[in-house]
Amino acid sequence: MDSLPFVDVMASSTSHVGKSDMKSFEYTFQAEITNVYPLTATEKLYQIQLIDPAERQRFTFKPGQFVMLELPGIGEAPFSISSSPIRHGDLELCIRGVGNMTNFLAKVPRGTKVGISGPFGTSFPVGKMYAQDIMLIAGGLGLVPLRAPIAAVLENRSRYGNIDIVYGARNPAELLFTYQYDMWRQFDIDLSIIVDQGDDAWDGPVGLITSILAQRIAAARDMKKNTYAIVCGPPVMFKFVCDMLMKAELPMQKIFVSLERRMHCGRGKCCRCNIGSTYTCLEGPVFDYWTVMNLKEAI
Amino acid sequence: MIFRVFAKEELENLYDILAVNHMVGAVSKGIGTSGPLFDFDFIYDFKDLRLDFSTTIHSLKRFLLPPVETLSTFEMQKETWQKHVDYNLSKPIVYFGLHTCDINALNKLDKVLWGSVYPDPFYAAKRKNMFIIGSNCMPQPFCFCKSMGTDTALHGFDMFLTDIGDSYFVEIESARAFDCISKLKNREPDVDDHNLFMQVTEAKTKQFSCHVDTTDLTKILDMEFQSEAWKGWGEKCLSCGTCANVCPTCYCYGVTENVDLDLQKAQKIKQLYSCNLIDFAQVSGGHNFRPESHSRIKYRYYHKHRGFVEAFEESLCVGCGRCGVSCLADITVPEVIASVRGKEGHNG
Ligand SMILES: Cc1cc2nc3c(=O)[nH]c(=O)nc-3n(C[C@H](O)[C@H](O)[C@H](O)COP(=O)(O)OP(=O)(O)OC[C@H]3O[C@@H](n4cnc5c(N)ncnc54)[C@H](O)[C@@H]3O)c2cc1C
Ligand code: SF4
Ligand code: SF4
Ligand code: FES
Repeated sequence: MDSLPFVDVMASSTSHVGKSDMKSFEYTFQAEITNVYPLTATEKLYQIQLIDPAERQRFTFKPGQFVMLELPGIGEAPFSISSSPIRHGDLELCIRGVGNMTNFLAKVPRGTKVGISGPFGTSFPVGKMYAQDIMLIAGGLGLVPLRAPIAAVLENRSRYGNIDIVYGARNPAELLFTYQYDMWRQFDIDLSIIVDQGDDAWDGPVGLITSILAQRIAAARDMKKNTYAIVCGPPVMFKFVCDMLMKAELPMQKIFVSLERRMHCGRGKCCRCNIGSTYTCLEGPVFDYWTVMNLKEAI
Repeated sequence: MIFRVFAKEELENLYDILAVNHMVGAVSKGIGTSGPLFDFDFIYDFKDLRLDFSTTIHSLKRFLLPPVETLSTFEMQKETWQKHVDYNLSKPIVYFGLHTCDINALNKLDKVLWGSVYPDPFYAAKRKNMFIIGSNCMPQPFCFCKSMGTDTALHGFDMFLTDIGDSYFVEIESARAFDCISKLKNREPDVDDHNLFMQVTEAKTKQFSCHVDTTDLTKILDMEFQSEAWKGWGEKCLSCGTCANVCPTCYCYGVTENVDLDLQKAQKIKQLYSCNLIDFAQVSGGHNFRPESHSRIKYRYYHKHRGFVEAFEESLCVGCGRCGVSCLADITVPEVIASVRGKEGHNG
């Protein structure tokens, strides 16, 4: 026999899987950091634009999804998209410097070329929430993934009922997006902020996020019938907040949380993101609370 | 399926027909404490090829999912970079003599790596370029493939050889395998051959001494999530990751990037990992979702025996027993599963 014929999987006829599907596995959009705004001592807001105008326009995502950001030779990591979906591939990512890649990123100049792949994961179903009240509850960096649904809701403000943002941070210096608070309030959003520890200039409430959440729940129209909740924060926060929402009789399929796990692929292959045996990158990061209760070790 | 029979002397001819290709098969690796050792390796001489081998130390994995693989390279230019992706396509390889557990392991990997969203071209490229000759085996004391339904292979091979005494009984699954067999002195099997084939299967079934009860296992794993049994295994487990290393179906990995010293080129590298290693689920801010070894070993069983079943209606474990054989702490699947069921298990 002659040697076996070599099969090129990229020739579409050789496989049940399309060539473009295969190509997308390692495909990265080239993008440019067009602007960087320091928000706090550790977080910066990066405006990142896909370079190819056609790709930029074709890039669509839903609020709550994430991208993988790659700095060639340095690393690749998942980040929530923090900008409005109507801006397509003109993205904003808010990133905290915590390690190799993120600290390197904090030092690169404007104009640096990075790689973007995605978008990945599930999203907050804001389209289903029309005519309802929405309670967005964020702790610390958890405000970042909520900024996309907030933007999406603001663009259609009249279609929604009352909107509450309940936001807790460790101290006033760590508050994110402070420059947007007035704008949010102008759009008739009830913004309540609480910090664990105040400073001289702080005259707002001090304490745990659950204390002001209790007030907002008490002031709500009707938690049982008319409200959706969106929750994101550090692991310890979920349990307390979701328990409170459940006590207020908010149905669990109307509570959405965004969970963070380690991710090395975003494509259901590396298994690093598994909760129990569920892929956070495919079936999450946004889960409804019923699903979360069914996951072992989720929160 | 088409069946044929050929005399054992013809095996070398089959080897010769295929020998123009790269060939991988089981070779002897000396004698271990409990008998002869075998492993898969490239074969350059028919005399090295063994079909009478017991379970190999490692699975085939290193040929399909190499421990280290370059996913992409970057050419760094002034103010920008170019990304190059090479799917690491290699020449076709003939795999000579795979047992049913290893064939089934590939079928299972196909489901997640090739058949689900985001198909992996690096895997597919190697998978598509395999020519697989299966061979029958007799169970070792630690084999529990029967319990996992992988003691027989229904597909996933080009041809499958069953030793029926003086001859091999061949199941033929592909046209190219049919062409090979046509070049050998072969004949249609008769009723006697059928009977011999069935006797071999029966003898195999009878020899199993190791079993795992998988009834309702997905539910039981959920019910017994807090079981003390896990704590016990956690205390024994060294978190070394050897089990994942030898397992034919463990595929998880990590990705790192590095730059050449001259800053001209950079690489994105995939490295196989193990969920038993301590930082597997550690995220930024230092939080580790599975800090204790018992939570990590539990997760490994969870993925194999629950998560994969939920997704694909079958377990990811093929019952080859390699993880138990290689484990320095003597942790075996049958004993772990039995303990979660509140029973005492034994391994062979
Ligand atoms: C869906 C999702 C959305 C995220 N969104 C944001 C965001 O909007 N803003 C933000 O600042 N951060 C976000 N993160 C966290 C961010 O991915 C990590 O901060 C980043 O991976 C750290 O990379 P590094 O190279 O700087 O850290 P390393 O130097 O690699 O390590 C520092 C720490 O980060 C952990 N880590 C390493 N790689 C990952 C990884 N791939 N995923 C998670 N943790 C990891 C390590 O265990 C270590 O504890 C998100 C994570 C997920 C999963
Ligand atoms: S189960 Fe055994 S082989 Fe696996 S990590 Fe633990 S000690 Fe190592
Ligand atoms: S878990 Fe153990 S017995 Fe199961 S397939 Fe992997 S190595 Fe074989
Ligand atoms: S991030 Fe790799 S499997 Fe989810």
